Amino acid sequence: MAEHCAVIGVGQTKHDAKRIDVSQFGLVREAAERALEDAGLTYADIDAVVIGKAPDMFEGVMMPELMLADSLGAAGKPMLRVHTAGSVGGSTAIVAASLIQAGVHDRVLTVTYEKQSESNAMWALSVKVPFQQGMVAGAGGYFAPLIRAYMKRSGAPEDTGIRVALKDRLNALKNPYAHLKLPDIDFDQIANSPMLWDPIRYLETCPSSDGACAMVLVNSSAAKKAPKKPAWIHATAMRTEPTMFSGRDQVNPQAGQDCARVLYKKAGISDPRKEIDCCEIYVPFSWFEPMWMENLHFAPESEGWKMTYEGATALDGDLPVNMSGGVLSSNPIGASGMLRFAEVANQIRGEAGEHQVDGAKKGFGHAYGGGSQFFSMWIVGDQPL
Amino acid sequence: MRDVAVVSFAQTKNVRRENRRNEVEMLIPVVQEAVEKSGIPKQEIGFYCSGSSDYLAGQSFSFVMAVDSLGAWPPIAESHVEMDGAWALYEAWIKIQCGEADSALIFSFGRSSPGMIRETLTLQLDPYTLAPLGADPVCLAALQARALLESSDYSEREMAEVAARSRADAKSNPYAQLTGDFDVDELLAEPYFVSPLRKHDCPPISDGATAMVIAADDVARNASKRPAWIRGIDHRVESHQLGLRDLAQSTSTALAGEKAGAVDIDVAELHAPFSHQELILRDALKLGDGVKINPSGGALAANSVMVAGLTRIGEAANAIWNGNARRALGHATSGPCLQQNLVCVLEGE
Repeated sequence: MAEHCAVIGVGQTKHDAKRIDVSQFGLVREAAERALEDAGLTYADIDAVVIGKAPDMFEGVMMPELMLADSLGAAGKPMLRVHTAGSVGGSTAIVAASLIQAGVHDRVLTVTYEKQSESNAMWALSVKVPFQQGMVAGAGGYFAPLIRAYMKRSGAPEDTGIRVALKDRLNALKNPYAHLKLPDIDFDQIANSPMLWDPIRYLETCPSSDGACAMVLVNSSAAKKAPKKPAWIHATAMRTEPTMFSGRDQVNPQAGQDCARVLYKKAGISDPRKEIDCCEIYVPFSWFEPMWMENLHFAPESEGWKMTYEGATALDGDLPVNMSGGVLSSNPIGASGMLRFAEVANQIRGEAGEHQVDGAKKGFGHAYGGGSQFFSMWIVGDQPL
Repeated sequence: MRDVAVVSFAQTKNVRRENRRNEVEMLIPVVQEAVEKSGIPKQEIGFYCSGSSDYLAGQSFSFVMAVDSLGAWPPIAESHVEMDGAWALYEAWIKIQCGEADSALIFSFGRSSPGMIRETLTLQLDPYTLAPLGADPVCLAALQARALLESSDYSEREMAEVAARSRADAKSNPYAQLTGDFDVDELLAEPYFVSPLRKHDCPPISDGATAMVIAADDVARNASKRPAWIRGIDHRVESHQLGLRDLAQSTSTALAGEKAGAVDIDVAELHAPFSHQELILRDALKLGDGVKINPSGGALAANSVMVAGLTRIGEAANAIWNGNARRALGHATSGPCLQQNLVCVLEGE
């Protein structure tokens, strides 16, 4: 890449089931202004704005970036709107970074959000279009059989998912922005929670959230002037595979494997488990932690669950995963991917507060979407690569 | 900056109602045609980017299935903007500038026929202050036309002339939908549709899809006899609140044109769905009488939403390829009353 790009500002809203105290404008501004303040900049310093969110039917506004132009100080500037399904939060950050890396802009504001309470996500996902496969089951119904297939393939103990959920819910208690905070959470509560889509229990699934996430991305010269430590982008990658293709392995998708492989190559990483200090990965249902650990080459096939079991992915483990509480604790869909990218940048900047991993120097951010066809990832470090 | 050129472009015929094929089926032939014409083997294309809108398809994640028109196996580097395909071109151009790819396929698709496009586009407005007013895009364009007529020397006759010229030129465009010879006086004798707009001032409702391949440096030179080099590309947005803008001008187009180096233009393909918008855009870009405007017929002859902007850039490339222009300009717009605009300047070798 031509230019280095760094994260110098991160902002997010308090995520909640219904943020009725703010409009969509107020929601994105809450995140954007926190990111600008973190970066020591104002809207006037920004060259371009990149907005991302998942389907417009989640709020009922077609192409809402047009109406958000004013709120985000974009008038007179270039503005882009990215939509790549659930991976959009990550893809949006990558598009924003590419504007810096291409040398086109010096300072870019990128914002993602979802205000799910404005509409009904289950409805928005269930519109039946003639001659197309229906999605009437929502996301949980779609992914449950894949989890069942993973359990059968790997021989993972039945309680692996419960252990992931417990870890992430305990981590969320250390994150002031997290939506779901369950102070008394324990193994039995999760194990005894209702089975929603077998084998996914209620407390093993993500909430529906209102929330936004924003970052300020800049080039080297602007990063040097930043008031706080920057997180430098070492590599970004996106990969997509088809939906209707009999050769797909949806449990361990080729697109995810390829995306991680090209990412490590770009970042000069040969042993990700050793060289990466912490991860924020997109885990909307607990079992996706071990599944993605394998897909992302952190564990050999069928052994991802051992990382959870042995505590490797805990906040004090050798590869902490979802220190913030992850998607299981906050899920404003369009922003969920960017929250992963931003949380891991904050770890590198030493700005993660109570859920900080001591001395984190290289972090991995991950998002996926659709029926596991869409992947976006980045690696950030404390020094430019 | 790397030299990047448009090396191929393909489009469906624009039709009022595409009933026989869904989006994937519309895309497959144009994607194949664009790849074949590019001379670049499909497996060597480094990046894919598309532009479309869920609200046209009436379905969340409508672009997901569109990926199935690409044969995305092994998996590909791919992205999508919920915008006209012209902005997908911009993202792809950026990706090539980063050195992450040497070539890219851009595509867009839009079928207005399954829904009621005037009602659908009303949902693009601020839901708190504008959408409840129920002003659809034709009404808003009429407000803009009125603002133009009252603040300039332009008259309804010049608007009708734009419409007549566009549809006459479109007769030689096999992909156009609304074509023919119209007499300006007869057009002006027609009743108003939404004053001061008559039906001829408005675009047809279209279904269509496009695909384009761009490539950098020697990849473009080796693939194409006459690459249409992108000399500048820039886009700008304005306030969404119509009351905060001078609707008779397009400051975002003027700024994007300036940044993209829109001078010495031979042919300009302007994305002006309404006749008066061509007048506004011509002035914003300072296009004089010597510039041939919309030889394809423009959006007044075919207006597949999310597609028509990328089509303008494809038609500008066509003008380079067929020798009608040394420098050609492609423009795309989005949002009510030209809220967001992109300008791309192409040049032959």
